[in-house]
Amino acid sequence: MSAETPQPRPRRESLWLKLGAPIAIGILVLAGWEAMVTVYQIPWYILPGPVSIAQTLVRDWHMLWPSLVNTLQVTALALGVAVVGGFSLAVLFASARWIELSLFPYAVILQVTPIVAIAPLIIVYVDNLTVALLICAWIVAFFPILSNTTIGLNSADHNLLDLMRLYGARRWQVLWFIRIPGALPFFLGGLRISGGLALIGAIVAEFVAGGAGSGSGLAFRILEASYRLEIPRMYAALFLISGTGIVIFLFFTGLSHLLLRRWHESAIKRES
Amino acid sequence: MTPLVTLSGVAKRFPNGTLALDRVDLAISQGSFVSLLGPSGCGKSTILRMIAGLVQPSAGRIDWPGLPEAARTGAHPELGFVFQEPTLMPWASVADNIRLPLKVAGVAKADAEARIAEAISMVGLEGFAEAFPRELSGGMKMRVSIARALVTRPKLLLMDEPFAALDEITRFKLNNDLLQLWQRFGWTVIFVTHSVFESVYLSNRILVMSARPGRIVEDVAIPAPYPRDDSFRVSDTYGDLCRAVSLSLHQAIAA
Ligand SMILES: Nc1ncnc2c1ncn2[C@@H]1O[C@H](COP(=O)(O)OP(=O)(O)OP(=O)(O)O)[C@@H](O)[C@H]1O
Ligand SMILES: [Mg+2]
Repeated sequence: MSAETPQPRPRRESLWLKLGAPIAIGILVLAGWEAMVTVYQIPWYILPGPVSIAQTLVRDWHMLWPSLVNTLQVTALALGVAVVGGFSLAVLFASARWIELSLFPYAVILQVTPIVAIAPLIIVYVDNLTVALLICAWIVAFFPILSNTTIGLNSADHNLLDLMRLYGARRWQVLWFIRIPGALPFFLGGLRISGGLALIGAIVAEFVAGGAGSGSGLAFRILEASYRLEIPRMYAALFLISGTGIVIFLFFTGLSHLLLRRWHESAIKRES
Repeated sequence: MTPLVTLSGVAKRFPNGTLALDRVDLAISQGSFVSLLGPSGCGKSTILRMIAGLVQPSAGRIDWPGLPEAARTGAHPELGFVFQEPTLMPWASVADNIRLPLKVAGVAKADAEARIAEAISMVGLEGFAEAFPRELSGGMKMRVSIARALVTRPKLLLMDEPFAALDEITRFKLNNDLLQLWQRFGWTVIFVTHSVFESVYLSNRILVMSARPGRIVEDVAIPAPYPRDDSFRVSDTYGDLCRAVSLSLHQAIAA
C-alpha cells in the first residue's frame, strides 16, 4: 500500500463533521452574541461581548496567567496523586477480597459526600492552603480511577486465569501479565473522568477558600472580579477554566486512543 | 505399558448440587489420541478440567502412574490446554501470546524466541508474528491458541472442542494439521468434541458419554491406520465407523 492512497470519502466527511460542525456553531453563537450586545447597546458591566472579553483576556493576561498556572499545578498534582493512589488501592483490592470489602464502602462515602461540604473543614484543619486545595481535588479525582481500575482488574478472562494456573504462574505474574493490561481501558476511562474532576475539585476548593484571599487560582480571580463588578474578567477567567477542562479531556482522549488503538474495541476504526 | 493418566471412580458434584460426573473410570495410554464424545452438558469439559487440575474431583482419584510420587499432584507441568475459544490476550501480538507460558516459566529470551518461531511455523502462521488477535480470522486465532499450547512442548495435549466454531473447510484443514503434528511428536491427545465425524477421523479411541449424570457409556476403538487424510474421509471404512459411533451416541442420549 502506498502512502498516497486517497482517503476514503466517508472518513473525510466524518472529520469535517466532527471538527467543522462544532466550530461553525461556536462562531455563529459568538457572532450572534456580539451582534446582540452591539445592537441593544448592552453595557459591558452587565454583559460584555466576546470581543470585549477577548480584550480583557489579553489586557489582564499578566494576572490571569499566573492564576491559571496555579490552578493547573493543583489539578495536575491532585490528579497525579489520584492516579497513583487509586491505581495502587485497586491493585490492593484485587489482590485480597477482604481488603476490598472493608475499604470500598469508605471510598464510596468519600465520593458521595459533596466536596463543597467537606472543603471548609479541610481548609480549617490544613494550614497550608495549597495542600488543602490538593486534598480537595484529590478526593473527587481518585474515585473514578479506583472504581474503574478495580472493575478492570476483576474482569480478566477466566479462561486466561485458568491458563495461568496451569502454567503455575505466581500471583504477581497473573497481575502483571493478565490483569493489569486487561484493566488498561478501564483505567484510561477513569482517568478521562478524573482529569475533569480534578480541575473541578481544585476550583471548588478555591471558591470555598476564597475568603482567605491568599489563593491566586482562577476561581479566586473570578471571586475577586465579582467583588469589583469586573464582569469581563469574570468571563475571561471562566473561559480559561473551560478551555483547560477541554484540553485535559482531549489530552486523555488522545492518550487513550494512542495506547489502545491496536487492540481495544473502543479505539478501533470499524471497516465499513 | 503404564498409562499416562488414570481416573478411578471419579465423581464431580458442583456446589450448586449439579452432579456433573459420576463413577468415571478411565485410563489413557501414552501416545494415544482419545476423543470424548457426548451431548452438551454431559461433563466433557469437566473431565478435561479435572485432568488439568483446574477442578478437584469430589470423589475418586486422578493418578499419573508414570510420574515420580512428588510430581503426581497439582498442576501437571507437561500439559497443554486448548480451550473452546481462542482465549488470547487481545493486547498482545501473536508472538507475545505464544510467549506467555515461556515468560511465566522464566525461559531465557534467546531460547524462547527460537521456540516461538518453531511453534508459529508448526501451525503455519509464518509472517503473522506481529499481528494482533483482532486482525486474524477465527481459524488463525485458534492456530495461535494451539501454538501457545505447543510451545511448552507438552506430553499431553487437552483440547476442548477447539474447532467447534470453525467452518468445515478450516476444520478439516486443522484436523489434518493436528494429526500430522501428533504423529510427528508422539504426544498424547485428549480431544473433546460433539462431532461424530471429527472424532472418528482423528482418534484411535472414542469414549462415548451420556448426560445426567455424566458417565462414560462406551469405549470404541477406531482401528483405521494412520496417516489418515482426505481419502480416509471418503472411504467406506470411515462411513461404517461413523455410523457405528453415531449409533452408540444415540443410544447414550436415549439411555
Ligand atoms: N462451575 C459450575 N457450577 C455448576 N455447574 C456446573 C459448572 N460447570 C459445569 N456445570 C454443570 O456440569 C455439567 C457438565 O458441564 P460441562 O461443561 O462439563 O459439559 P460439557 O459436556 O462440556 O458440555 P458442552 O458440550 O456444552 O461444552 C452441566 O450440567 C453443567 O451445567
Ligand atoms: Mg464443554
